[in-house]
Amino acid sequence: MERFVQVIVDGWATGSLYAALAVAVVLIYRSTGIVNFAQGELAMFSTFIAWGLIEAGVPLALALLGTLALSFAGGMLIERVIIRPVEGGEVLTLVIVTLGLYILVNSLAGWIWGFGNRSFPGLFGDSQLDVAGVGIPVESIGIVAVLIGVVGLLFAVFQRTKIGLAMRAVSLNPDSSRLVGISVGRTLMIGWGIAALVGALAGVLLAPRLFLDVNLMGGVLIYSFAAATLGGFDSPFGAVLGGWIIGIAENLAGTYVDFIGNDLKILVPLVAIVVVLLFRPTGLFGSPEVARA
Amino acid sequence: MSSRRVRLLAWGVVLVLAVLLPFFFNAYRVGQFTQAMALAIAVLGLNLLVGYSGQISLGHGAFFALGAYTSAIAIDDVGVPYLLTLPLAGLVCALAGFLVGLPALRLRGLYLALVTLGLAIATPQIIKRADGLTGGTQGLTIDKITAPAWSGLADDQWLYFVTLVVTVATFVLAAFLVRGRVGRALVAIRDNEIAARAMGVNLARFKTGTFAVSAAYAGVGGALFMLPIGFLAPESFPLALSFAFLAAIVVGGLATIAGALFGALFIEFVPVYAADVDEALAGVIYGGVLILFMYLLPGGVMGLIRKLSSTKTRPRGSDDAEAGAGHRVGGGAAGADRARERVRAQ
Repeated sequence: MERFVQVIVDGWATGSLYAALAVAVVLIYRSTGIVNFAQGELAMFSTFIAWGLIEAGVPLALALLGTLALSFAGGMLIERVIIRPVEGGEVLTLVIVTLGLYILVNSLAGWIWGFGNRSFPGLFGDSQLDVAGVGIPVESIGIVAVLIGVVGLLFAVFQRTKIGLAMRAVSLNPDSSRLVGISVGRTLMIGWGIAALVGALAGVLLAPRLFLDVNLMGGVLIYSFAAATLGGFDSPFGAVLGGWIIGIAENLAGTYVDFIGNDLKILVPLVAIVVVLLFRPTGLFGSPEVARA
Repeated sequence: MSSRRVRLLAWGVVLVLAVLLPFFFNAYRVGQFTQAMALAIAVLGLNLLVGYSGQISLGHGAFFALGAYTSAIAIDDVGVPYLLTLPLAGLVCALAGFLVGLPALRLRGLYLALVTLGLAIATPQIIKRADGLTGGTQGLTIDKITAPAWSGLADDQWLYFVTLVVTVATFVLAAFLVRGRVGRALVAIRDNEIAARAMGVNLARFKTGTFAVSAAYAGVGGALFMLPIGFLAPESFPLALSFAFLAAIVVGGLATIAGALFGALFIEFVPVYAADVDEALAGVIYGGVLILFMYLLPGGVMGLIRKLSSTKTRPRGSDDAEAGAGHRVGGGAAGADRARERVRAQ
């Protein structure tokens, strides 16, 4: 029983990391209708920047703040330079461009920092609490707390601020939004900036558990997509819950299903995506899409 | 000369050059061109799916791997003659493609991209897990293939010609497919599904059928790619391979047949030369090319060639490059009109 609970607690912590990246994916989808395949790679790049700053002797807190600010600016820049020319285009065009960005960012990081791996300092130390025989790492609690804080903050921004309202309007109908005086371009830039920032946060939370290398996010991305699909692509809360479910399911399957073991864990998100899309394409909390002829 | 004549003449010149090529290059280079042709078959298969029917697959590396392993296992464990393993690889992959095509019926655009991306990511893991068949991380080795004595060819030249024959056959077949009823139905599905269905196109049959054919092409390409190397390992089929296929169809030109050749040469030779400068350079070029082509040359190399030649010899109405262009904005009534126009134009 204790082992079972331990497996769930560990899965929950991993799931929170998937959820963090999933929230970034959902943010862009919500504001632009694009699924950004490069989201994980942007997060990896941000994490390398944080690592570089820390190596250069910048205090940890300052390095993190600097990274978040740079990521926000970088996200805005990418939207303006790379995405803007194809925004509103065919799905195929958008998929190809964000995949191009994926490959580009990944290779650039390899060019700049090499393909070796590095250790990244943990933000919460490595002590753990012992609750009735189940070990809960302080780090896991920290990750979940940060995640809940971020989603709460995003909810506040989306529901209570003018820019949040503008973002919701732009995602629903860019043309009408422009007519009522919203600067669509600027709103989209801010959407990409926030997503890159959340992605960077996911990266620095994740890096201490894995080693930091250019493929840091390669494996995580598909879990995050599964989380976003399960939760519904336009719901940040859904993404968090989806991340937790995927993380726990992955850990349970890896521990208790012999056939899956450690090697085939990757099938868990894949199967989850297919099953959700076939039986409930809008996910748990997503809103349905209407196709017009 | 009519444009049809010009096209046939161009194909003829390419074919003559291809036949002469192995007598002018060393074994290493001939091997590279053999691989490029094998890649071209897979690229063409992906283009049938993505360019013509508009279904996105980011996971064709999985079918490429399945074909290569099917062939290697049949040769190594069962003792099937290697030439017979090619249709076998095609059949196995067609079946697998059909099975993937079934859920794809209900998944559109983005979601299909997600599922197939997952397939590509899972491929090396699945190969490792099935180590009883695939040799796991150790990989599989097959005996070196030798040229039959009557041919008078060196081993590398023999494999080159085997690959060339299969390449010509698959390209001719694809050309017939897309020029006829099937091609028109696929383009109609791509441009407006609802309109296509209204005109009596059986969506399920065409979509799963395209998936099967496309996967079979990838599988045959994979088998031919493996034969000259004689060795297979899970690392031979990374996610980057599936991305390279996508880059190849964008470079060659979506919804073109000949574009697959340019695309395959691009993904065969760019990494070779880029690696001299930096390990990461090939990726930087792939990524940059994907983005830049979508902006500047959405019709790829073939689109450029057609644009240059159409100003002189070809009437604009018959320009396929437009049908293949990536910049088809929006759907709606305008899309249906364009689809109908295009169907009539063919």
